[in-house]
Amino acid sequence: MRSEVKNHLHEQYHFKLRLGFTGFAVIGLFVLLALRFFYLQITQYTHYQTLAENNRISLVPIVPNRGLILDRNGVVLAHNFFVYTLEITPSKVKDLESTIVGISQFVEISALDRKRFNKFRAQSRNFESIPIRTHLNEIEAAKFAVNHYRFPGVEIKTRLFRHYPLGKLGSHMVGYIGRINEADVASLEKADALSNYKGSDHIGKSGLEQSYESYLHGTTGFQQVEIDADGHAVRVLSSTAPTPGDNLILSADSKMQEIAETAFGERRGALVAINPKTGEVLSFVSQPNFDANLFVDGIDTDNWKMLNDSLDKPLINRPLRGVYPPGSTFKPFVALAGLENGKRLPPFSISDNGFFTLPNSTHHYRDWKPGGHGKVDMQRAITISCDTFFYGLAMDLGIDKLTTFVGHFGFGHLSGLDIQGENAGLLPTPDWKQRRFKQPWYQGETVITGIGQGYTLVTPMQLAQATAILANNGVAMKPHLVTKIQKGIGAENFIVTPRVQEKIVLNPENLEIVKRGMIDVTLPGGTAASIGANAPYSIAAKTGTAQVVGIKQNEKYNAGNIDERHRDHALFIAYAPAEDPTIAIAVIVENGGHGGSAAGPIARKVMDYYLLGKLPAVETGGADKKLAASTANISRPIQEEYHD
Amino acid sequence: MINHLLKQLAKHLDSFLLACLLITMLVGLFVLYSASGQSFERIFSQCINIIVALALMWGAANISPHKLERIAMPLYAVGVFLLIGVALFGSISHGARRWLNLGVMQIQPSEIMRIAMPMMLAYYFSRQAGKPKLTDFAIGGLLLVVPVLLIMKQPDLGTAILVAASGFYVLFLAGLSWKWLVGGLITFAASTPILWPLLHDYQRRRIEILLDPTQDPLGAGYHTIQAIIALGSGGIAGKGWLNGTQAQLDFLPERTTDFIFAVFGEEFGLLGILLLLGVFSLIIMRGLVIASQAQSTFSRLLAGSITLTFFTYVFVNMGMVSGVLPVVGVPLPLISYGGTSMVTILLSFGILMSIQTHKTLVAR
Repeated sequence: MRSEVKNHLHEQYHFKLRLGFTGFAVIGLFVLLALRFFYLQITQYTHYQTLAENNRISLVPIVPNRGLILDRNGVVLAHNFFVYTLEITPSKVKDLESTIVGISQFVEISALDRKRFNKFRAQSRNFESIPIRTHLNEIEAAKFAVNHYRFPGVEIKTRLFRHYPLGKLGSHMVGYIGRINEADVASLEKADALSNYKGSDHIGKSGLEQSYESYLHGTTGFQQVEIDADGHAVRVLSSTAPTPGDNLILSADSKMQEIAETAFGERRGALVAINPKTGEVLSFVSQPNFDANLFVDGIDTDNWKMLNDSLDKPLINRPLRGVYPPGSTFKPFVALAGLENGKRLPPFSISDNGFFTLPNSTHHYRDWKPGGHGKVDMQRAITISCDTFFYGLAMDLGIDKLTTFVGHFGFGHLSGLDIQGENAGLLPTPDWKQRRFKQPWYQGETVITGIGQGYTLVTPMQLAQATAILANNGVAMKPHLVTKIQKGIGAENFIVTPRVQEKIVLNPENLEIVKRGMIDVTLPGGTAASIGANAPYSIAAKTGTAQVVGIKQNEKYNAGNIDERHRDHALFIAYAPAEDPTIAIAVIVENGGHGGSAAGPIARKVMDYYLLGKLPAVETGGADKKLAASTANISRPIQEEYHD
Repeated sequence: MINHLLKQLAKHLDSFLLACLLITMLVGLFVLYSASGQSFERIFSQCINIIVALALMWGAANISPHKLERIAMPLYAVGVFLLIGVALFGSISHGARRWLNLGVMQIQPSEIMRIAMPMMLAYYFSRQAGKPKLTDFAIGGLLLVVPVLLIMKQPDLGTAILVAASGFYVLFLAGLSWKWLVGGLITFAASTPILWPLLHDYQRRRIEILLDPTQDPLGAGYHTIQAIIALGSGGIAGKGWLNGTQAQLDFLPERTTDFIFAVFGEEFGLLGILLLLGVFSLIIMRGLVIASQAQSTFSRLLAGSITLTFFTYVFVNMGMVSGVLPVVGVPLPLISYGGTSMVTILLSFGILMSIQTHKTLVAR
């Protein structure tokens, strides 16, 4: 009995010992837990506080309205409008295929829509909302809305779409916007502007839309939104309003643009008109053009193929990137180079027999007129476009002096127009030829440079600018299309003031000789007498013809025998009124033949409108149609080389 | 008269313990209100759970330890029998076979084991005269392992751990020698490479993710990461009741049940947690005192086991939510939403009260 009690006490003692141990263990483990909470809630508080805030707050970008583009009279060339789009977020959709089939019961989904959707999908992340159909009409939107509950992950949204109300008109000038691609992202990143494009889908891809992207886009606004775990917005915490993009007011006149483009008809070519006193570009024509609206929504393959594969190359910005031999339109500048260098000063004249030969050579550099023009002085050489006169002059000047002088008129240099992607053309020099072809310069190449053939290449923009400089007595104004950048309400507008680019010091007497020669071009006896006929203002002009295919010695050029695309390019430069010019113009009609007859009338129509407000009479255009109808199965680049 | 009646009714209740439990459950209702997105429906059904559980607690408190001792073996036998039944005929839900459909009702036999296991082992050791021998511990170990393996097999790791813990505490308090304890621990550590392949994929994944939750931030690690963010962002004083962003904006999963502590920590901060830990400590200390004052071996062992199992609940849940223990599916006692765990917990406290209030003047 005693031992049992003792045993019992012993057992109790041991039990209490163990119980005490567990008591301490409990306290110890609770202290460890408390230390863990101390670590999480005190030591790491800021870290987890930030994570919790990141969880809960989402920055939602508010895309600004893109700026408008208006012509000089306020005619809208580019604007925005809201459209309904049907969009799918792939990550929220279980079976994409059956979903698309399902929604097509209510909203028509074409094969093209699907194709575009797949293309966008490949470029986007899975949780982004991708349009499957755009431009839903209200009936379609309502039909889908009723059945919305059946398609989780599919939503009707409104998106701001860019629209070019005049379609094709001035498409190379205005340009277009397109979806932001990887290359755009890279360049935005480089410019440190990517954060401003959160939420933006589109960016300027060409023309003014591209060049003035930073003005047109505006500043993206942000909304701090509290979201739940599913990403649904619960409430707005704060918001910064977006600043809409600036509007661009152009110097171009859409009516004048229309007149010029219509005048081209189906022919290919370019026209640039500039106000020589201010540098304002009045017209900027590239034919054929394209409907910029095709690109906004992502161009479909068929249209892209049609535009890209066309022999007419409608996507090329001809005024800026098309390079052509200047032909005889080069002569006034060569003439001025001669006069300023003391060559061919009055009363100097030559007796033209129809050809020019270099000393110790029998090669005939032919004049365009068989048999020649007889006695020709400088002024008359311009008026009648005497090749022989300029062959000799170029020889006498030498290639270096010639190119150095005409370079001041912008040839071989970028004009600095406010559209990106300009081509500088080419003013050849012996150095250049050595570098380019590892060949010496030949004298014969100097000779033909005198009449704007050979290696010399100019863009229509350069030709127009050179004409403007000449018209403005050697004062070069910086060319520009945008005259005013309209900021938002309350902010001051930015007005582009005319800026002198360069002042070429010229002897007024020499200038007078060249100008007289050019005025006579449009008078009876000149090469473009028909252009000046019945004009109530005086026109100074020069015609040009640039050979596309070389003509062999003793062979006669006969337009009728030659494939349309091998025919000569027709060129025409002019300014008016000749006494106090307010418009300078350059026109190129590809494979148009003679400058006076093919390109001149287009320039006249534009000048008539600009100077007189006169609208052209409705044309039959029969001859033009025939030209366009003749098919050519040879694809040739616009850069044609002269073959001697 | 009424006073007398009330006295009779409360005769077998421990007022200090009851007060602590009621305070904790009241706090739990407030947290649940916030965690459920201010749902009165949830509060109402949790109140029903509490009332039923309190009634059962009262019932248990009024059964004397003697009677409990007598039903220990049959209860254990029924529990094992039903567990085998579950393994053979149980219905599957959420990939686990835990329920037994008895036609009229569905029962979860593993819950019976939570009570039956410590009772059975306490009963077994109380039957042994003198100091328990090694063979006693071997038999006790076997009684422990069989149902635990059956529960693990379902699989229900959380319950298995708690049942195992409740049994283990009895062995420990009965005097299992330190030699064997430490030896067993070493053996367990050495055998993990063998046990590892026996675990279910989801269990292995849980342990892997515990070691590095960032491995799977949107999948299995999501629970832990969001819970830690909730706790950490609570700071010292918390974001305030109903103002926890992690909880209110649905970032916390299972926030009314196993992860309710994260809601508490986010809204009431470190100070709230320390107070809660304080109340839990009081409950545990009271339990240990009851155990130390118990008059029979059976009562002693049972009271100790119940108290330490309650501690295990709290520790495992808080450790799991704060990312130091694997996510094994253990609710926070008295606070998490759910009837089963509320009933099991309060029933065990009823037993504790019975042990405290049925003491006789003379020790047997």
